[in-house]
Amino acid sequence: MYKIAVMGDWDSIYGFSALGLDTFRFTPEESEEAGKTLRKLAESDYAVIYVTEQLADVIENDIERFRSQPKPAIILIPGISGNTGKGLASVKKSVEQAVGSDIIFGGDK
Amino acid sequence: MAKKTVNPTRMELTRLKKKLTTARRGHKLLKDKRDELMRQFLDMVRENKALRERVEAGITQSNKNFALARSAMSEEAVRVAFMTPKQEIQLGIDTRNVMSVEIPVFSYQTRTSDENDIYSYGFAFTSSDLDDAVLSLSKLLPDMMHLAESEKSCQLLAAEIEKTRRRVNALEHVMIPEMEENIKYITMKLDEAERSSQIRLMKVKDMMLEEAHHYKEKEEQRAKEQVEF
Repeated sequence: MYKIAVMGDWDSIYGFSALGLDTFRFTPEESEEAGKTLRKLAESDYAVIYVTEQLADVIENDIERFRSQPKPAIILIPGISGNTGKGLASVKKSVEQAVGSDIIFGGDK
Repeated sequence: MAKKTVNPTRMELTRLKKKLTTARRGHKLLKDKRDELMRQFLDMVRENKALRERVEAGITQSNKNFALARSAMSEEAVRVAFMTPKQEIQLGIDTRNVMSVEIPVFSYQTRTSDENDIYSYGFAFTSSDLDDAVLSLSKLLPDMMHLAESEKSCQLLAAEIEKTRRRVNALEHVMIPEMEENIKYITMKLDEAERSSQIRLMKVKDMMLEEAHHYKEKEEQRAKEQVEF
């Protein structure tokens, strides 16, 4: 059986621990440790890892690496300081990769 | 187009022709695969987008709830409340095959049988706002799982589509034209060789006949006799 992890600053993620998700606290300044932890989690039995957009900004390379792999699914969620639109941008990126140009979000921006 | 050196032989020609039919068939199949993948992808990505918007709105809302709850409690109290989570989620992964891309299907179960058993604290020292906040987050969980599923699927499909598209293009614009060119080259070369050997044979035949019957000398003699008369 697999587990679910949440990574981000404490204020954004502590609620998830009540739901039974494993939380890992990192501030955006601790990018190195966060990246290391992400890699470690991906290798062990975490199948879904939610990362706050603020943290995702600084460990983008590590996240990018798992994009085309079947496991884990790394999903960006907005943190406490608001929605940066980075999550939607990653969906947009998928569309651009597949279609060649953005045809889903064209009207939005 | 710069072509590689090919041997203009009949064997090479047969081989190339066979290769060309395979390439054409492969091209057609890959094109169909790409179209179908694209259709599936577009459906999925629309769902992905809708889900994401819903989840983001939900998380923003529950973050607000948490902020509200925090305002009435000290940070220590909140930390203590969430220190020992009661609930645990076990995630099962199945895979679904979409045009030979394995996409994940998540199913999860909670450790305790009651899914609403989410409050990891006694109610004496926490505000009711915190309960509401946790509840709002827990209502969001199914959507979040769906989001994870569909977003990962989209990413995998996108990668596969990109790969397939590249293959289709390589076949269509490089491999097939190159082979056609080579086949044309060999056919022309072979035709040329055949013509040249035909001519050579005709020439040789003429020469041999001349040698056997001395037509030319006889002709000359006849002409001379006619003049004398």
